[in-house]
Amino acid sequence: MAQTTAGAQTKPTRRGPRQVARLLLPYAVLILLTVVFIAPLLWMFSTSLKPNFQTTQFPPSWIPQDFSAEGYSTILTTSSQTPVLRWFINSLVAATAHAALVLVTASMAAYALARMNFRGKNILFAVIISTLFIPQFVFLMPNYLIVDSFGWLDTLLAIIVPGAAGAFGVFFLRQFYLSLPQELEEAALIDGANRYQIFLRIILPISKAPLATLAVLSFLTNWNDFLWPVYVLFSPQNLTLPPGLSILQGAYNTNYAVIMAGGVIASLPVLVLYLFAQRYIIQGVSRSGLKG
Amino acid sequence: MATQGIEQPHAQQPSGRKPTDSSPLTPYIFMAPYLLLFLVFIVIPAVFGIWISLHNWDYLLPGKPWIGLQNYTDLLDANSSISGPFWNSMAATGKFTLYSVPLLVVIPLLVALILNQKIRGIQFFRALYFAPYVLGVAVIGILWRFMLDPNIGLINYYLGAKIPWITALPWAWISLVGVTVWWTLGFNAVIYLAGLQDIDPELYNAAKVDGANSWQRFLYVTMPGLRPVLLFVVTVTILASANMFGQSYIITQGAPGEETTTAIMYIAETGLRQFNMGAAAAMSYVLALALLLISIVNFAVFRNRGD
Repeated sequence: MAQTTAGAQTKPTRRGPRQVARLLLPYAVLILLTVVFIAPLLWMFSTSLKPNFQTTQFPPSWIPQDFSAEGYSTILTTSSQTPVLRWFINSLVAATAHAALVLVTASMAAYALARMNFRGKNILFAVIISTLFIPQFVFLMPNYLIVDSFGWLDTLLAIIVPGAAGAFGVFFLRQFYLSLPQELEEAALIDGANRYQIFLRIILPISKAPLATLAVLSFLTNWNDFLWPVYVLFSPQNLTLPPGLSILQGAYNTNYAVIMAGGVIASLPVLVLYLFAQRYIIQGVSRSGLKG
Repeated sequence: MATQGIEQPHAQQPSGRKPTDSSPLTPYIFMAPYLLLFLVFIVIPAVFGIWISLHNWDYLLPGKPWIGLQNYTDLLDANSSISGPFWNSMAATGKFTLYSVPLLVVIPLLVALILNQKIRGIQFFRALYFAPYVLGVAVIGILWRFMLDPNIGLINYYLGAKIPWITALPWAWISLVGVTVWWTLGFNAVIYLAGLQDIDPELYNAAKVDGANSWQRFLYVTMPGLRPVLLFVVTVTILASANMFGQSYIITQGAPGEETTTAIMYIAETGLRQFNMGAAAAMSYVLALALLLISIVNFAVFRNRGD
C-alpha cells in the first residue's frame, strides 16, 4: 500500500505519504486485530440474547432482531441434568477457596525461603522449583487415586486442594520477598517483634500487589480448569462450569441460545475480574516470563 | 528459566545484625502447610505414578498384579491393542505442536512489535488482545464449535463456503490450530512486549548512529535482546501444545476418526474412563520423555545460537 503511493511521487516529496502510511498502518492493523479478537465474543453474547430460531438465521444479525431471555431462563430454571446456577456457585466456591489456600500456604513458605536461614533450605527450594518442570499430566493417574483415597472424588475438595501444591506461587512470592530491604525486619526485631508478627504486620501488608496478582491468577486458573474436573467430578449437581459447559453442549445440541448463554455465564465473572485486575494479570504474566 | 532473577546478595549474608529467630522451628512452621500439600500431591504422586505404571492397575478390579515393564513394552509392541491408538495420539499431538508452535512464536512477536511502538491507547489494545486468554478452553470450545459449524456457522457464511471445519482433514487441524492461536496469542504477545520494553533504548540509538536501518536494528538489537524471552516462549508454547486436550475434546471430539485425538486425550480416556491406569501411567511417562528430549534439543539450539 505504502509502496505504490510512494512510487507515484517524485523524489523530494516521497517521504510525506510514506510517513503517513507508516503512521496509519499500525492503527489499521490494531483495529483489524481488535475485530478479530472481539467479534467472536460479541457473537456469543448476541446469540445468547436471541430467541433460538433466530440464532441460525442468515444474514447474521449482530444485534438481535428480537431480544429474548429464553436462553438464560432455560438454563437457570433448575434442571436436574444441567443445573447451571449450581455449577456457577460450585465454580465460585472452588476458585475462591483455591486462591485463598494458595495465598496462605505459598506466602508462608515463600517468606521462610526468602528471609530465614534454616537447615536444608537450599535443597528444599531446589526440589520445589525443579517440580515446575514436571509436566502436569504425569500426576493425573496417581493424584486421581490419592484424591479417591481421601474420599474426595466427585467433591469440590478435589478441585480446590491438589492444584495448590504447584510451585508457582512459592516461586513468585519468594522473588518479591527477596527484593525487600533487610532493614525492614531488623528494626521490628529490635523492637521485640517475633517472626509471626513481622510476617502478619509488616510483610503481608507491603505485599498487597504480588498477593493480589497471585490471587487473581490462581482464581482464573481454577475457574477455567477443564481436564481434571471432567474426570474427577461426575454428578450433575457437583460439576463446575467448564465440564458443565461440555455437557450443556451435548444436552442442548442445536439450541445455540442456551449454549451461548452458558458460555456468557462462564465468561462474565472472569471478564469482570479482568476488567478490574487487568494490570495485575498482565504484570503477573509478563513477570513470570522475564524472571522465569 | 536460566536465571533465578533478582537474588539479593545481602539477604544471604550471615551477620551479627541478622534477625535471630525466636525458635529454630519457626522456619519449618512457616513451611509446613505448603510442604504438606507438596508432599501429598507432588512428591508422593511422582513416585506413586511410576509404581502404578509397573502394575496391571485396573481401578475396578481388586487385584493389581505386578507386571514389570510390560506396560512400556506393550507400547512398543505393534501387536498390542493399545500401541496403535497410542502412537496415533502421539502423532496427533506432534502434528498439533508442529503446526501451532511456529505460528504462536512468530505472530505474537509481530503483534508485540506493533504494540511496542509509541502509540496512543496501546494499553487498551494490549488488554483487548489478551482478553480471550482469560476465558477457559470450555468457553472457547463451545463458541468456536458454533462458529465453525459447516452449515450454520459464521465462518462459512462469511467465506461463502461449505468447508467441513470439524469433520474432515486438513480442516479439523486448521480449526484447532486457528482457535488455539486466537485464544493464546495475547499471552505470548504480553511476554514478548515485556521483553521488548526491557531492551535498553540506548542500544537502538547507538545502532541508528552507526547507520543501521530498521530491519538491521531488529536483527542485531531486538532479536539478541529477546533471546531469553524467545527461549521462554518457545518452551512454554511447546509444553502447552503437548498438553492440548480441551480444544479437541470439545470442538472435534477427536474426529475425523481418531485423527485429532491427542495424547493427553487418549491417556485420560484410557486411565480415567476405561480405568486401565497402569497403561495410562506408562503412556504419560513416554509422553513426558518425548517432551524432555524436545526441550533438550530446544535448549541446545538456543545455546548454540548464543555462542
